[in-house]
Amino acid sequence: MRNQVEAFLVGVAAVLALVLAGLAADEGMRTHAWVLFGVLAIATWFLLRRVDFSGAKTVPLRSEVAATEPLYNDTVIRYGVIATSAWGIVGFLVGIVVALQLSFPDLNIEPWFNFGRMRPLHTSAVIFAFGGSALITTSFYVVQRTTRASLFGGSLAWFVFWGYQLFIVLAATGYLLGITQSKEYAEPEWYVDLWLTIVWVAYLVVFVGTLVKRKEPHIYVANWFFLSFIVTVAMLHVVNGLTMPVSLLGAKSYSAFSGVQDALTQWWYGHNAVGFFLTAGFLGMMYYFIPKQANRPVYSYRLSIIHFWSLIFLYIWAGPHHLHFTALPDWAQTLGMVFSVMLWMPSWGGMINGLMTLSGAWDKLRTDPILRMLAMSVAFYGMSTFEGPMLSIKSVNGLSHYTDWTIGHVHSGALGWNGMITFGALYYLTPKLWGRTRLYSLRLVNWHFWLATLGIVIYAAVMWVSGIMQGLMWREVGPDGFLAYSFVETVQAMHPYYVARAFAGILFLSGALIMAFNLYQTIRGRLRDEAPMGQSAIEGVATPAE
Amino acid sequence: MSTENRDPHGREVDDVTGTETTGHEWDGIKELNTPMPRWWLWTFYATIVFGIVYTILYPAWPLVNTATSGLLNWSSRSDLSTAMAAQADANSGRIEAIKSKSIEEIAADEQLRPFAIAAGRAAFKVNCVQCHGAGAEGGEGYPNLNDDVWLWGGTLESIQTTLAHGIRYEQDDDTRISDMPAFGDGILDNEEIRDVAWYVRKLSAQEFDAEAAERGETIFVDNCSACHGDDGGGLDDLGAPALNDALWLYGGDHSQIVAQVRQPKHGVMPAWEERLGDTTVKQLTVYVHSLGGGE
Repeated sequence: MRNQVEAFLVGVAAVLALVLAGLAADEGMRTHAWVLFGVLAIATWFLLRRVDFSGAKTVPLRSEVAATEPLYNDTVIRYGVIATSAWGIVGFLVGIVVALQLSFPDLNIEPWFNFGRMRPLHTSAVIFAFGGSALITTSFYVVQRTTRASLFGGSLAWFVFWGYQLFIVLAATGYLLGITQSKEYAEPEWYVDLWLTIVWVAYLVVFVGTLVKRKEPHIYVANWFFLSFIVTVAMLHVVNGLTMPVSLLGAKSYSAFSGVQDALTQWWYGHNAVGFFLTAGFLGMMYYFIPKQANRPVYSYRLSIIHFWSLIFLYIWAGPHHLHFTALPDWAQTLGMVFSVMLWMPSWGGMINGLMTLSGAWDKLRTDPILRMLAMSVAFYGMSTFEGPMLSIKSVNGLSHYTDWTIGHVHSGALGWNGMITFGALYYLTPKLWGRTRLYSLRLVNWHFWLATLGIVIYAAVMWVSGIMQGLMWREVGPDGFLAYSFVETVQAMHPYYVARAFAGILFLSGALIMAFNLYQTIRGRLRDEAPMGQSAIEGVATPAE
Repeated sequence: MSTENRDPHGREVDDVTGTETTGHEWDGIKELNTPMPRWWLWTFYATIVFGIVYTILYPAWPLVNTATSGLLNWSSRSDLSTAMAAQADANSGRIEAIKSKSIEEIAADEQLRPFAIAAGRAAFKVNCVQCHGAGAEGGEGYPNLNDDVWLWGGTLESIQTTLAHGIRYEQDDDTRISDMPAFGDGILDNEEIRDVAWYVRKLSAQEFDAEAAERGETIFVDNCSACHGDDGGGLDDLGAPALNDALWLYGGDHSQIVAQVRQPKHGVMPAWEERLGDTTVKQLTVYVHSLGGGE
């Protein structure tokens, strides 16, 4: 009797989507309803195939792969590992496409594949599809292990997973169709926002429910970070998404805020998407996977408390630094800047706790490329959380704002910190989830490590040069105060750097493809016959730490 | 992980670092009770002190209807307007001179000419590069301004008139207008158009069909030479391009010439005086004239 209720509900939803396609008030909603109908119809078909019509039988038709610890709900996490890897590759690939579109404008294919529609596809694919799937997946894994309780709510975890995937599909197809509310990192229109709100509340219920029924007396630090991420993102998403739809059957809506207030709400949201989605949530991952992989205790409990509370208190005020020298009043700009500067040490608290957890295990960096990847991610985290406060200082921002420097900053964070820590977590999780003794190949992890590191270093360095050059050219004036360069001359000057950036992206994507192959082989249960990493004289070097 | 050592108070001690743990454990993860690094704590305090001092000096804390303005009394708007006013002050003498003098006087003045060129170059980079290119090199339909071929004349006065009033810009009564007729609309038949195009190819010293060009010459004299001249040399006063050189606005292939004779394209340039004012037009004139082909 599997999935009968689910098949029925999804089938009804598919019919409703079809009705919506008929009643839609505009072309955007009509096309989007057809997309939704297609997705739900396929889902119904899959679910129906799983329904057992043969009456009450106790023997399941398809036995689950035996998990190492059957106490936990790990099937949804296995799906999450695969989804995270797949979305990562999609996000990086679209990144290369938009990088090449900037280098060679002829690659803009109108209307669906022009830069304006592909760029949010890239940012959302990386942040929300790749990063979001990674966060949901790892938080489900970590919260079960660190509370010794299975996920609360039964199949609610499945609703969170598939509901979130549906959100990604609707967001992505919406961008390509030109449906957007034009807010950075919050482009999906009102109905997709509402759906995400429902999914997110379900996520909160699963997570908090699991914490409540925990069998450990204390709540582990990773879960503080995960919980702060889930709660704050809910608040940010709801407030920033306050809009009035033109029609309940149409795609278009108008923001509840206008002018500079809209801008401030947008960047309050946007900066804390970075702060809570990409920082707090991923610090939750860091606090579990680094001590596990290094097999060492967390460096400092006291530091973790202080940097947690100072981080979440200070981050929420830093958004106005995205609006320096705009219509935003000076006082708000000042506060945005000083809160960003004060954020420096709270951010670095996470880096110290991550890196210093390796004390007593530094030698493992030589032999364990997974640990090396995790350590490198924390190094990039430290680099970008120093760069961030620095860029928020008005005099620096006057040069850097609107230039490629910002893009470089975002990518050293996203590729270096979020990407690398996720890769490390996926490498850690896959053998455990599928009950393998180890990964298919550690040497391929090493290849991935170097390709990714080289890619990020080239990317960041190229964008520093290009961004600072761009900023200097914009502000360059002759002795009489007249502009020295036209805008198009700055674009021409950046061309070689744009090409180099696309090359860096190709390196990073190649590493991710190697990872996908490695994980696939691991899931298949294969072990590559290879010499262990590092000097073979050292005992047990090729075995991932247990 | 071996942490069986205990300190005198019975608390568990990590044997690698010698630091006691908190005694908690989650899925095998323990926590050391290491004190916060001093350099971290003091740097954190320093950033807080910096934040407080900065918010005292600069506008920062919101009140009911306004916000604290800071001891330095600084604001981004007054900062900008001071800088702009200082620059305007420094330039005001030369700007006044440009306003009062004629374009020829400006170009002849050793002090004023470099200033006008710098100002004109800046205005060009903002307003003109979109069509004429960053290097004023032009493109199809947009004239190159570096060469000595001019549709409406290359003297200072002609350039100033062209810039001030535009070309075929209907909103300006004094705009420059030249409308070559569409010879395909019943004036010439297709064969005649092809023949005259071959003659134009001959005039511009390109390969041509000799027989057709011979027929085309008569057609040219009857229909075209009034504006373009018997030798195809063009006429600046009418905006009629020279046809006997290697420069083409819409291409010099036979088919391109045929298309232009049959149904001519007519480029438009806005009248810049109403947008940028007389002073900037003068600066632009001196700059464009200085590009290399000024007459």
